[in-house]
Amino acid sequence: MKVKELAEKFDLKVVAGHRGLDRDVKGGYSGDLLSEIMGNAGLGCVWLTVQGHQNIVAVAVLREMAAIVITGGGSPSPETIDKADSENIPLLTYKGSAFELAGRIFPEFP
Amino acid sequence: MPVIHKSYHVTKNDFIHAGEASIHVKNLLKSLNYDSDLVRRVAICGYEAEMNLVMHGGDGELSVDVSQSKVVIEVTDKGPGIADVELAMQEGYSTAKDEYREMGFGAGMGLPNIKKNSDEMTISSEPGSGTHVTMVFFCKG
Ligand SMILES: Nc1ncnc2c1ncn2[C@@H]1O[C@H](COP(=O)(O)OP(=O)(O)OP(=O)(O)O)[C@@H](O)[C@H]1O
Ligand SMILES: [Mg+2]
Repeated sequence: MKVKELAEKFDLKVVAGHRGLDRDVKGGYSGDLLSEIMGNAGLGCVWLTVQGHQNIVAVAVLREMAAIVITGGGSPSPETIDKADSENIPLLTYKGSAFELAGRIFPEFP
Repeated sequence: MPVIHKSYHVTKNDFIHAGEASIHVKNLLKSLNYDSDLVRRVAICGYEAEMNLVMHGGDGELSVDVSQSKVVIEVTDKGPGIADVELAMQEGYSTAKDEYREMGFGAGMGLPNIKKNSDEMTISSEPGSGTHVTMVFFCKG
């Protein structure tokens, strides 16, 4: 599934990194501790987090993630938006919790 | 293949540019067609050492030496140093300030991630004079 399709199917708002919307999503990962994410998230995953500061983009680039979703109604900082645009990392937002979104997305990745 | 050496200046407390040196190194290795598992491991370790410099260390540099058989990353800073390296290496140990913890740093997993994902790691530090982390990654085959 492409990031674009994921966004449409699950009502995720695309706020930055539009040029990366054709990336393939290979799975998902959820968490807010950056070093835990760095050590454990899978390549090509969509990352669900409440963090909205600019350092999430470096984590996503270095882990070769497909996209970041900021959950819980949070929004990214302007620096985060600039970074995501320059690195072509799709940055999405979701009003509900990470728990809820993970439950909805999970069946797509058996 | 000749040895390639590159170095990047990294600035304490500069969260805007934090991670960029590691992204450069990762892109360099990818452009040289290094094995994807090695690139993944270098990316994790470079990032963790770079963030430690930004958060806990002082101004310094991240350098990389790339050759056919191995990749060596060195991260050096002139910060406060680490009084007890053995303690710092333990998973969960962190002196990160509350404002950094709120950003998701300070799990005390950075140095353990480096240990886990590098083939060799040495860390030398003198309180008051800085920290030097060396990480070696051997190419397969
Ligand atoms: N370059 C450095 N200069 C001074 N102290 C350091 C340096 N690197 C690490 N430390 C010390 O070692 C501790 C453990 O580092 P480690 O990277 O494992 O965890 P952390 O940075 O606190 O949290 P995390 O990496 O999970 O975000 C730090 O909290 C800090 O006290
Ligand atoms: Mg750390």
